[in-house]
Amino acid sequence: MKKDNFAQFSGSEDYVTSEPIRNAVNVSIALGRPLLIRGEAGTGKTLLAHSIARGLEKKLTIWNVKSTTKAQEGLYVYDTVQRLNDSRFGDKDVGDIKQYIKLGKLGQAFIAPEQVVLLIDEVDKADIEFPNDLLNELDEMSFYIPETNETISAIHRPITVITSNAEKELPDAFLRRCIFHYIEFPTPELMEEIVRVHFPDIKDNLISEALKTFYSLRKVDDFRKKPSTSELLDWIRALIAGGIPHEDIAKQVPFVGTLLKKENDYDFFVRNFATRRW
Amino acid sequence: MFTDFFYILRQNKVPVSLVEWMTLMEALAKGHIKNLDEFYFLARAILVKSEAYYDQYDIAFQQYFQGVEAPEEITEQVLDWLKDPLSRLFLSEEEQAKFESMDFDELIKELEKRLEEQTGQHDGGGHWIGRGGTSPFGHSGYHPAGIRIGGQPGGRHAVQIAQERRFKNYRSDLTLDVRQIGMALKKLRQLRRTGLEDELDLEGTIKATAKNAGDLDFIWQRSRKNTVKLLLLMDVGGSMEPFAMLCSQLFSAAHSSTHFKDFQYYYFHNCIYDYLYKDVEREDAISTVHLLHTLEPDYKLLLVGDARMGPWELTERYGAINYYERNEIPGILWLKRIRDHFSHCVWLNPDDPRFWIHATVQMIGKLFPMYSLTLGGLEEAVGKLVVAK
Ligand SMILES: Nc1ncnc2c1ncn2[C@@H]1O[C@H](COP(=O)(O)OP(=O)(O)OP(=O)(O)O)[C@@H](O)[C@H]1O
Ligand SMILES: [Mg+2]
Repeated sequence: MKKDNFAQFSGSEDYVTSEPIRNAVNVSIALGRPLLIRGEAGTGKTLLAHSIARGLEKKLTIWNVKSTTKAQEGLYVYDTVQRLNDSRFGDKDVGDIKQYIKLGKLGQAFIAPEQVVLLIDEVDKADIEFPNDLLNELDEMSFYIPETNETISAIHRPITVITSNAEKELPDAFLRRCIFHYIEFPTPELMEEIVRVHFPDIKDNLISEALKTFYSLRKVDDFRKKPSTSELLDWIRALIAGGIPHEDIAKQVPFVGTLLKKENDYDFFVRNFATRRW
Repeated sequence: MFTDFFYILRQNKVPVSLVEWMTLMEALAKGHIKNLDEFYFLARAILVKSEAYYDQYDIAFQQYFQGVEAPEEITEQVLDWLKDPLSRLFLSEEEQAKFESMDFDELIKELEKRLEEQTGQHDGGGHWIGRGGTSPFGHSGYHPAGIRIGGQPGGRHAVQIAQERRFKNYRSDLTLDVRQIGMALKKLRQLRRTGLEDELDLEGTIKATAKNAGDLDFIWQRSRKNTVKLLLLMDVGGSMEPFAMLCSQLFSAAHSSTHFKDFQYYYFHNCIYDYLYKDVEREDAISTVHLLHTLEPDYKLLLVGDARMGPWELTERYGAINYYERNEIPGILWLKRIRDHFSHCVWLNPDDPRFWIHATVQMIGKLFPMYSLTLGGLEEAVGKLVVAK
């Protein structure tokens, strides 16, 4: 039995990966199954797709899902209003329906001349029906456009990465077809590596003090939004720019507004900071 | 036999389906898994679809691979599976569909039948494992330049990793955390068309325009917004102390949820009478009557409390635990009034259901559908809140 040849993701310079993630990515590529990545905000789900694209030197097609996104939009939209408009006021041949069919992100990924990495970011934002509606298309990597009697089939099966921060929002049938990986919130050690990727010259004292304060803030359950990696990186950037001595970090928590972006959390912090209820 | 692992996973309540099992077979057969450490992560990625089951997976993994710790033995073991013709079973889509619809016992019979048919047909399973340099996964420790390898603990083996059971806290049947509560509450959201008609209804426009013999006739519709309003009333103090943490998590989750059009919360102690309170200390009061006047009946009401109190607190005038409240109307009537006002109410009880035989719990349980404050209970409660009373 021969091993199939398949693209090998081993990481990229700007992204700290782990063995399990790389293996999950590779097996999803090898088996041609979508990779579902779940994890708290800021655990690098979105960045992983970028890293795969960069690592494998492939183009990245991003489909950002919003609460109003419909599965259909990822396939194609038929711009009937434009056509109607043209029929009244334009001089185009409105009989040529093809020109009014606009492929969505999935459609674009299918017809790309080379294999692309397709990121379907934040699937959980959409209606519960959304993933179900895409099941067939992702499975068969093709769809049919009745308006033009055309079938769009993937020239190359895109490497599909789907991210979600939610649990149980996805239908079983959909889950069964995915490879799944849960990215844990980084441990302080891993976080230190991530910070160093972004700030290679950071002083040891600064990083350790900043991480200590960051992780103690994350323990506070009363926050509406716990600070995550992005906030930490912003905060460290501010600390460096402000030339804050490391001794002051825990004592004063300067620029705490970059860590606690919600007004309520900021207020809560200010109210309770003196007494340190955490 | 390797299929035992499947059984053990199922015994540990990991919802593994045959589709996933076959996918694992495919991965094994294609040679994507070269040792037990990789097997641990890859089998998990293929078979387990929620971190809530990672812990059960760890337990199953330990059970199956007990005593297998040295890498040499692992290789042997892996070799053994690979000789197992089962792993070569490639199924067509139809077959897969058939397997999916089959019941489990039937399937095992079917697999065993195939197994017998194929005995002795292996062709050097070692061909695609442990081939060092040619493995697609590379040697551990070898990383081409410019690649970051994160703090993956080195030198530990899969079984040890499984033994750590790091995902215990993600289990949904044992613990409940803010994130999980948030997820459960999210199911309350209901998207409805509301507000101004400011969204183009394409379908409608096309139809109307066609009717209009081609003259554009735009049809507008209201956009879809989340319309759910949530009212949380929580019992605090006294016998609720042990559950303070749990309640605060429920609160944080509801509070941080962006899925509600409105969220209001008030506190009480043991039972509700003339006043509810805006703070845990119960100093800042608001009249219950006023609240019922101002909140529309379509607020979804979530009551949290152990419902355990002296019977008089529920049934008697001046029965309130805080004597100075001097309630003219017995607590139970207040509760009934509240229930009658809202079209959707549930009561979440953090106490062990074994103690629900208590008289006042029984009485309150007759007024409000009562669920335990566990993930399962919360999900049921949420289910109740989205359908009619
Ligand atoms: N493993 C990592 N290596 C390097 N940088 C990382 C890593 N993980 C997270 N980051 C940094 O953290 C920030 C957040 O990452 P990203 O946006 O990918 O998170 P996410 O999981 O998609 O979050 P969300 O759920 O909010 O979308 C980015 O700025 C990224 O640079
Ligand atoms: Mg993201």
